Amino acid sequence: MSQQLFGYRRENGKVGIRNHVIILPVDDISNAACEAVARQVQGTLALPHAYGRLQYGPDLDLHFRTMIGTGSNPNVAAVIVIGIEQNWAKKIADGIAETGKPVSYFSIEGNGDFETIRAASWKAKEYVQWATELQKVPIELKDLTVSIKCGESDTTTGMGSCPTVSQAVDRLVEAGATVFFGETSELTGGEHLISERMATPELREKFMAIYDDYVGEIESKGVDLLGSQPTQGNIAGGLSTIEEKALGNIAKTGTKEVIGVLDPAEKPENGPGLYFMDTSSAAAECITLMAAGGAVLHLFPTGQGNIIGNPIEPVVKITANPITAATMSEHIDVDVQGLLSRSISLHEAGDQLMEMICRTVNGRLTSAEALGHREFVMTKLYRSA
Amino acid sequence: MSINSQASTLTENQQETAGNVSTHKFLIHHRGDHVGVATSPIQKGEKVIGIYMDDNSDIAVVAKGDIPLGHKISLVNLEAGEPVLKYGVQIGLTTEKWEIGDYVHTHNIKTARW
Repeated sequence: MSQQLFGYRRENGKVGIRNHVIILPVDDISNAACEAVARQVQGTLALPHAYGRLQYGPDLDLHFRTMIGTGSNPNVAAVIVIGIEQNWAKKIADGIAETGKPVSYFSIEGNGDFETIRAASWKAKEYVQWATELQKVPIELKDLTVSIKCGESDTTTGMGSCPTVSQAVDRLVEAGATVFFGETSELTGGEHLISERMATPELREKFMAIYDDYVGEIESKGVDLLGSQPTQGNIAGGLSTIEEKALGNIAKTGTKEVIGVLDPAEKPENGPGLYFMDTSSAAAECITLMAAGGAVLHLFPTGQGNIIGNPIEPVVKITANPITAATMSEHIDVDVQGLLSRSISLHEAGDQLMEMICRTVNGRLTSAEALGHREFVMTKLYRSA
Repeated sequence: MSINSQASTLTENQQETAGNVSTHKFLIHHRGDHVGVATSPIQKGEKVIGIYMDDNSDIAVVAKGDIPLGHKISLVNLEAGEPVLKYGVQIGLTTEKWEIGDYVHTHNIKTARW
């Protein structure tokens, strides 16, 4: 990469490529106040979601981890937290404050929406005017945490867009970057290939325990995934079995050893390199968790044309499917259909993607950003109390 | 397992096409795979060239059905219940007898997991 990269170096040394001021609801009933603040104060972004009430146990832990992780993401400059009750809003704000970034919390109970919106808007305006004066500084690829996940897969993802991402993953890891992959359910049929790449026996054991737990969860329901894996879109695209889908999926993970196995939304603690994160294979849930784990840029291979975006993590779309590239071009950032016609080499496709990564880091809006795709979806482990 | 004797013979006749970007209509991930993937729509009765992505060698097959872009063509004769290889790895089991050139999808292959 000859292009100089620029990013935002945050108070804790982590590097972001966007500079959002987010208005984060603790719970579903605080969405309205957050959206009102974001309408009032330009340059802020509300992240409405569906949950946060009467959750308990590991499901509640994951809720807090996702909230705190989202606010802590280096693409976020400052955070306003709004919740119905003070305690949980404070808990999330305190977690985010550990990064050193500006964060304030407000609670609605006893104040009402009007008073909360008034107070939060004053603080949001202060944050956005502060954040818009922050300057980008020179950064390197090694400063980046990148996540990968594909969607609306078909056979062209396994032949083209996933191997292209694989090229980028290997180059990023070699440059000292951190990369997350996940999609526990969509490793079925190739889980042994991932297991073999674990750096230590302990990681292998941890990974297989997560995988077996997932399989057990499905079996405990007395069902299989024949109706949903592969999806109807996958089947229309030529994928016939979950194993075939998984092998295409795994084709994007590069060739490096896996140095960490993360819980959903968990931060990597083993230094730079390739990590597996236990996630759903549903795109919005997966990317939301990876962003909460600290990923600042997402690479998304698609075959039949998934249009996913994320509010704080830019999503770069790659396709090798010539029909999708033609009919859904507004969603595609990198077109590698030349891999199917063999007019470009895999290395050249990797070069194209690396160039788009650099341009995106330096400010080019991805197609998903330009089209306003901001899918923010919390993962729910089980029903609330 | 009955391996692709017919397909191999056709391959030798088509060696000169290897590397030609305009003639192939399907790609195969690994040598030894049982299926190729159409990179252009293939019509029933059409004799089509496929290229192996791992060694750039090629193969010719007569399609026994219409195969949409992204869908699979059989490169081997298989009995019902046999493992199917793609990427050099098993992707499922045949649910009926396959012949070289057959359209392969959910009607004649199923997961081995469920």
